[in-house]
Amino acid sequence: MRYVMVIDTRRCVGCMDCVVACKTENNVPEGYNRDWITEEVRGAYPQPRLEIRSERCNHCARPPCVSCCPTGASRVHRGGVVLVAHRQCIGCKACLAACPYDARFTHPDGYADKCTFCHHRVDQGQLPACVSVCPTHCMHFGDLDNPESEVSRLLRSRAHHALLPEAGCQPHVFYLT
Amino acid sequence: MPELSRRRFLKISSASIVTAGAAGSSLAALARTSGATGESGLRQVPTFCDICFWKCGCIATVREGRLWKLEGNPLDPLCRGRLCPRGTGGVGALTDPDRLRTPLIRTQERGAEKWKEATWEEALTHIAEKMKKIAATHGPEAMALFSHGIGGTFLKHTLKAFGSPNIAAPSFAQCRGPRDVGFRLTFGEDIGSPERTDIENAQCLVLIGSHLGENMHNTQVQEFATAVGRGASLIVVDPRFSVAAGKAKYYLPIKPGTDLALILAWMNVLVTEKLYDVEYVTKHGHGFEAFVAALAPWTPEWAYPETGINPALIRATAREMARYRPATLVHPGRHTNWYGDDAQRSRALALLNALLGSWGRKGGFYAPSTMAVPDYPYPEYPKAKRPKVDNPDHKYRFAHETLTTGIREATLTGQPYPIKGWLVYATNLLQALPSEAETIRAIQQLDLLVVIDVVPSETAGWADVVLPESTYLERHDELNVEVFKEPFVALRQPVIASPHDQKPNWWIARQLAVKLGLESYYPWKDIEEYLGARVKEAGLDFAELKKHGLIRGPREPLYFEDGAPAEFGTPSGKIEFYSNQLQQAGFDPVPKFTRPEAGPPGSFRLLFGRAPVHTFSRTHTNRVLSDMMSENAVWVNAAAARRLGLKSGDRVRLRNQDGVLSHAVGVKATERIRPDCVYLVHGFGHTARGLRHAFGKGASDAQLITRYKVDPLMGGTAMNVNFVTLEPAERA
Repeated sequence: MRYVMVIDTRRCVGCMDCVVACKTENNVPEGYNRDWITEEVRGAYPQPRLEIRSERCNHCARPPCVSCCPTGASRVHRGGVVLVAHRQCIGCKACLAACPYDARFTHPDGYADKCTFCHHRVDQGQLPACVSVCPTHCMHFGDLDNPESEVSRLLRSRAHHALLPEAGCQPHVFYLT
Repeated sequence: MPELSRRRFLKISSASIVTAGAAGSSLAALARTSGATGESGLRQVPTFCDICFWKCGCIATVREGRLWKLEGNPLDPLCRGRLCPRGTGGVGALTDPDRLRTPLIRTQERGAEKWKEATWEEALTHIAEKMKKIAATHGPEAMALFSHGIGGTFLKHTLKAFGSPNIAAPSFAQCRGPRDVGFRLTFGEDIGSPERTDIENAQCLVLIGSHLGENMHNTQVQEFATAVGRGASLIVVDPRFSVAAGKAKYYLPIKPGTDLALILAWMNVLVTEKLYDVEYVTKHGHGFEAFVAALAPWTPEWAYPETGINPALIRATAREMARYRPATLVHPGRHTNWYGDDAQRSRALALLNALLGSWGRKGGFYAPSTMAVPDYPYPEYPKAKRPKVDNPDHKYRFAHETLTTGIREATLTGQPYPIKGWLVYATNLLQALPSEAETIRAIQQLDLLVVIDVVPSETAGWADVVLPESTYLERHDELNVEVFKEPFVALRQPVIASPHDQKPNWWIARQLAVKLGLESYYPWKDIEEYLGARVKEAGLDFAELKKHGLIRGPREPLYFEDGAPAEFGTPSGKIEFYSNQLQQAGFDPVPKFTRPEAGPPGSFRLLFGRAPVHTFSRTHTNRVLSDMMSENAVWVNAAAARRLGLKSGDRVRLRNQDGVLSHAVGVKATERIRPDCVYLVHGFGHTARGLRHAFGKGASDAQLITRYKVDPLMGGTAMNVNFVTLEPAERA
């Protein structure tokens, strides 16, 4: 099993509902967010090209945050979900430095925090909070190892890209273009 | 792993849905005895949202006595189980530390924001005494009410019982009024709210200045994404490269204020090339020949220098619209008070839709329906001795709602008769109306200003009495008897008790009526009795409504082809391509373009719009939403910024043509806007000291809108007629 997120940038309007839903679902403290919106503009007015993306931890297949963690707090769980065991985390910030996506932050309680793919919901058969609220239905979540899953079908049928492939981490959040 | 322990909270079953009727009273009692409610476990309450006026159905989940999250009610036809970011972030409204907590009575001069705390008894007695005095001296019509949203229902009732007809909302003269007038004059019907736009079925969608996706009206955005996802052709006309523009097949970077010229040229092409829906126009149209004759001069070549849009692009987009008609929807927009020609521009937009045959057609404008819920049988209101004050001699011939700015004008001048008291409910007039200075001068003419709100707005800062309202999550409200694609009745019911001494609007309105000796207008004792009576009269089950949050009604035909009646409430009973009404009133029977006035050399036209995470100026202290966007930025064209030596992140102040200077605001140097205008998201730059979290963050467009143009047809106030220059600000 390999959980991935597939986000359709054609439908996304960058409304940040994903960010808000994550915040309430996961009690993310004021001043911090586990996901965010990026606006990328190329070209010049009046014909620029605009891509809006909902970004978060990429739950990489080769996660540098896990390999650099001195205590083993950062580790890979079922479905390839990268998680931090808060009690084992000493707040050294090695993972914050190692992540090419800047997806982690230090929680006010002292541990490294980030997106969990809402594994607590996924384990209950629900979608991650961000996916379940998205008013544009631009976000999809599922198992890439299952060729019949919606995410597999979307990645087969639509052009897509991931972020910073050159970092070599094999990210698992994909953007349909 | 600590987060795994959350699983124990997640055993949600339908059995845990508690109706608020049962929960409300015990909750209130518990909340008063302890900080938290002492409640354990999870429960869910269906209600509907009030972060904006769209009224999406939501389900609140309360965990251990605290509101955990808000999610869309899957039964709700408006949100279809998915809220917008503001709805999801409504959690922050409840816990906002800047909320009003207790009634306040002013102790120093108006605007000093100095009050003493008062009991409800003191505050309401004070208000009632003042109101009686005003009525004795000037008549009850001298009291006016400004109200926004469904929460104003009972205050309106109290004021009508008091004997005043002067009740207005900024949603007409400052927002959708011109559009509704333009469509009424053409089709004999309003667009309504939610708009009767069939976006999800449109094959071609045209947005003129309408920034869906940034403007987060939930159903529309969902349908917009559906249309885009389906590959519908999208044409976007905007001086700013909006989010929607980023998805468009055609983006038209129009010169601000010239939209009407473009619409006329489009119609010229459709008529000249005979691309319009001949059968539809023949069957339903009135005055088509005169309309065609009037259009003749407005060619794409004529429109080119006015709009800056290449004639070839005008023709290509007109043909694109024709290709998909009648499933081509030219969106009517919502906030349409732009340049002073707004009702006529909206009428042109209605006419363009008429040419495409989209009114009453799938993918165009559907016929909405509603459920029959009789009004509560109140006693008849006393007859007001004088007509409404806002539009003397019917100067604005086609205004079919009350003009806020007309009431302000009467307050300032005492003509046609004096207005001496304002009740202001859930609207921040100082940010909603153009010219703060006029509003403040009008306030200084008053004997009484009462503001009823959740947070201490700028307008509250000038009030004699401020009354703290419960948030929508803590109160009942009037039923939402929705007029929509699919009719339904929805209930707002309390999720949790108010944390301090806040009260729901119905209680405030009722208590005030009692103090005014108008008790006979409130035969019901509490809101559940009132709602129960209405629901019963409609033949619906109140228990079911409480349990599910809404009850859906049968669907009616949506389109002419399904049997929706092709009837038009115009004088001719047809679609009025040529308007005798307008001609008789001395206006252009077919819209004509007037070139907008240019600003001072070197200045930028100031444009404003919406962000998806805020509503008006009322959500900026909500800590969840302010975490998404705590400050706005001034959008400046990248090349223009370079010429001024500015880069993104630099701090500037905006100075308008009258010398008014904004707060310091960050620059967003971007390829997403024309070089002749700048753009601000509305609602920032708060000056009310009580809005501690939002105070001084960002710049306020409202402050800079010192000038406005009044629409001659309907009295709307056009606001995109101000110009600014940028000057460096010291770093904050």
